[in-house]
Amino acid sequence: MKVFIRIIIFSVVLSLCYWGFSNYGIPQVIPEAPPVEEKISGSMTMDQYIALGGKIFNGKGTCTLCHNPVGGRAPLLVESGKDGAPIGARAADRIKDPRYKGKAKTAEEYIYESEVDPSAFVVAGFGKPGTNDTVSPMPATNKGSIGLSEAEIGAVIAYLQKSAGVQVTVKLPTGAAPAAAAPATAEPQSAKTAEEAFGKHGCTTCHTIPGIAEGGDVGPNFKGLSSRAGSRVKGLSPKEYIMQSIVSPDAYTVKGFEPGTMPADLGEKMTVKELDMIIKYLMEKTG
Amino acid sequence: MGFLGKGLFKGVSFRFTSLTACLFLIFFASTLILPISHNASLSLKHAFATESPAPAGEHAAPVLSKAEGKPEEGKKEGEGKFTYQPAPKIKVEDYPIVKGFNSRIAVWIVAQLHLFFGAFVLAVPIFVLVIEGVGLATKDERYDHMAHEFIKVSMTAFSITASLGGLLSLMLVSFYPDFFKYMAGIFGKTMIIYALLFFGESFCLYVYYYGWDRMNEGFSKWLHLTMGLMLNVFGMTLMVLSNTWVSFMMAPSGIDDAGVFTGDIWAAIRGPLWNPINLHRFIANIAFGGSIVGAYAAFKFLSAKTDEEKAHYDWMGYTANFIAIFGFLPLPFAGYWLMKEVYGYSQQMGITAMGGAFAWLFIIQAVLIGSLFLGANYYLWCGMGRIKGSERYTPAIKYLIVVIVGCFLVWFTPHTLIMTSKEVTQVGGTHHPVLGFLGVMSAKNTAVNILIVSTFLSFMLYRRSNKIATASWTSTGNALQVALFAGGAINIVTLGVYGYFIPANIRIGLSIPQVMTTLTIIIVSSVLDGFMYKGAKSTGPIEWGKMGQRSQYALFLLAVSFTWLMGLMGYVRSALRQHWHVYTVFRDNSLDAYTPTLGYAAGIITIAVYIFIALVIFAFWIANFSAKKHAEASH
Repeated sequence: MKVFIRIIIFSVVLSLCYWGFSNYGIPQVIPEAPPVEEKISGSMTMDQYIALGGKIFNGKGTCTLCHNPVGGRAPLLVESGKDGAPIGARAADRIKDPRYKGKAKTAEEYIYESEVDPSAFVVAGFGKPGTNDTVSPMPATNKGSIGLSEAEIGAVIAYLQKSAGVQVTVKLPTGAAPAAAAPATAEPQSAKTAEEAFGKHGCTTCHTIPGIAEGGDVGPNFKGLSSRAGSRVKGLSPKEYIMQSIVSPDAYTVKGFEPGTMPADLGEKMTVKELDMIIKYLMEKTG
Repeated sequence: MGFLGKGLFKGVSFRFTSLTACLFLIFFASTLILPISHNASLSLKHAFATESPAPAGEHAAPVLSKAEGKPEEGKKEGEGKFTYQPAPKIKVEDYPIVKGFNSRIAVWIVAQLHLFFGAFVLAVPIFVLVIEGVGLATKDERYDHMAHEFIKVSMTAFSITASLGGLLSLMLVSFYPDFFKYMAGIFGKTMIIYALLFFGESFCLYVYYYGWDRMNEGFSKWLHLTMGLMLNVFGMTLMVLSNTWVSFMMAPSGIDDAGVFTGDIWAAIRGPLWNPINLHRFIANIAFGGSIVGAYAAFKFLSAKTDEEKAHYDWMGYTANFIAIFGFLPLPFAGYWLMKEVYGYSQQMGITAMGGAFAWLFIIQAVLIGSLFLGANYYLWCGMGRIKGSERYTPAIKYLIVVIVGCFLVWFTPHTLIMTSKEVTQVGGTHHPVLGFLGVMSAKNTAVNILIVSTFLSFMLYRRSNKIATASWTSTGNALQVALFAGGAINIVTLGVYGYFIPANIRIGLSIPQVMTTLTIIIVSSVLDGFMYKGAKSTGPIEWGKMGQRSQYALFLLAVSFTWLMGLMGYVRSALRQHWHVYTVFRDNSLDAYTPTLGYAAGIITIAVYIFIALVIFAFWIANFSAKKHAEASH
């Protein structure tokens, strides 16, 4: 019996060690919630549409899984890299590439084609192994597990064009888009003012925001933000930087602050209108 | 064939028929009660009576329906053309609620337990057959007795596996009726075949086990071995058949762009992950089964009252450990193949596994595998203590410890570190300036290959402990082996370093030459050793039973760690589907359609491991009880 008890204690304690390491030895990453189809209303402004594109690009679209500077698995899209300028700017050149056999005639069509038929043109060095860059490992974003709607793909294209600093040629979705059919009451929960939005999403718990009495010091103070935002991340305008900081807070962490502190799901919870109001407020009142 | 009339089946028929009949009924019931289960269960829709019922045909759309209209030309009158429907788009209220149960946790634990026991009962007959064959070839009865004892240990586990399988089926029907219906619509035939195969497996198992003593000589021994072989054939067929459902859920095939089943069942079976999963599970089962039997032997060793008993169970534990390590060494390679195919099927899924939400899971895996390697090597080194002549090799152990611990630490090194903001500022990023380089795949692949080579070297030294080679070319052979190990290690490390200078998509291909180097070392040096030590002089017999108690705890460490590791890897394989019942085809819209944190998953895995340990102890107790009765009867 003694042996039996010793063995049981040994086995239980060993399992508990593994459990303990899994809980306290590694960070508890909370995976993103399952994506939902974005609510795109017919009255959306282009800025809102672009902001939505950024949110999809960094979230539901799972684009940054591969299109990031760390893994080198896919060409960079929103920033300049060894493949040249951001995709919005270099798309037109791709069509002129002798290897290009797709059907696109314009830059916008090229980006669209890359999303729905990634193998139409594979950037050299990024094809599936053994296919001589004729087959792309990228999944079609309008199918399968990503399953973006046409309006969502359009938003991503708009975001990519805007990020590259070129003219946004994508047209705003009309009522014909599936999500556009969502009733106008789809956004009733949207805060009415930026101040209200800050309160709703708990921004003042961690940040001190000019013009708002309450504030915290867990995150950076926003005083003077608009003047320094442009120099934070190379290639991002102040507005783009602020948007990225909200929808993808861990993309860049200000020195002296802990990464992973800011909720990563604000992009999911915030309406496009709120995002737009917050960016505008921070651009205007934090200078 | 006279044994058939001599009471071979005395006392067997009732167990045999009752078990198989129960299994058959459960599986049939699963398919038959499916249409009514949805109505019979309390669903959210009914709980919130104010909500209007879902439109007919939305979530309950039949997977298979008869097409309307005239029969196609060439078809017989009345013969309908069947068309398949897309996977249903179900809503949260379509998932039945069974009070007192959390659907996901219940299915998770029961499925995991079923897999634990399934792996065990599929593995044991494999090595039992091999050991029995060795006994026959060497005419050493000890092998035969040990094989018999191994299969005896697994007998109760067969019943537990079947019971858990039945419970799992009923849970799936109760908690996820639409999903089960969809799967049955595609794989219904294979499910029926699966249930029927139990008849064959049960028949072979009972004849094999209960006929052991009767079919022990001459032709009947060969017949007995054939039964063992057939038992394994049925077992393997069951495994690969059930793997089709799992691999389809991860990487569905045989469906069109809209996710509609094309009707070609073979195409659905032959998914891109089917064979990698088959191989991975086959090897892992052997390692797992060996470790569980090793724990049994360790327990018996520690409880042994006589030297004979100790010697027997020491030998049994050694053999079980050998089996576990034999299965464990090639396991990482099967894992590479599986992950390569995962990447090939969906880069998105591959990155989610290795670089996304589950990246930290592989650090837990590293800890577990590191423990396994350390435990297995420690047991071998302890075992050298019972062999006269091993003193020649003991000085090498300290170097092996350094290499193995070093490799473990490299494998264990995370890419990014958990740091406070102050530390991030001091370090200048989330990667350690030096150790950060060890957190990437190049370093980890190198470490695991060196770990395997080192463990193999430990085993070689153990095998050589009481032998002195007498071949005339021994010095040349030893020099060749040293060159082989040194050259191989240099090649593995060089490839690892080269990996830092090339793009990721090319880097991943370097794991193949690294693996090939490791395999070459193992195979070539085994062959060399085989020839070199043929007719070797012995320095003395192995003194079985002269093992310290601590060494036996290494065997428990192997069993618990393997079980935990299996639970962990089972979790990640399933969790890679994320919010999909069938990836990209059938979305999971239940309340639990989110990926939990690793800490939460570890909690569920630990609970499953505890239940498994409790059930295994029960199975061992039953086996022990039967052994006592036999001993009393023979006395």
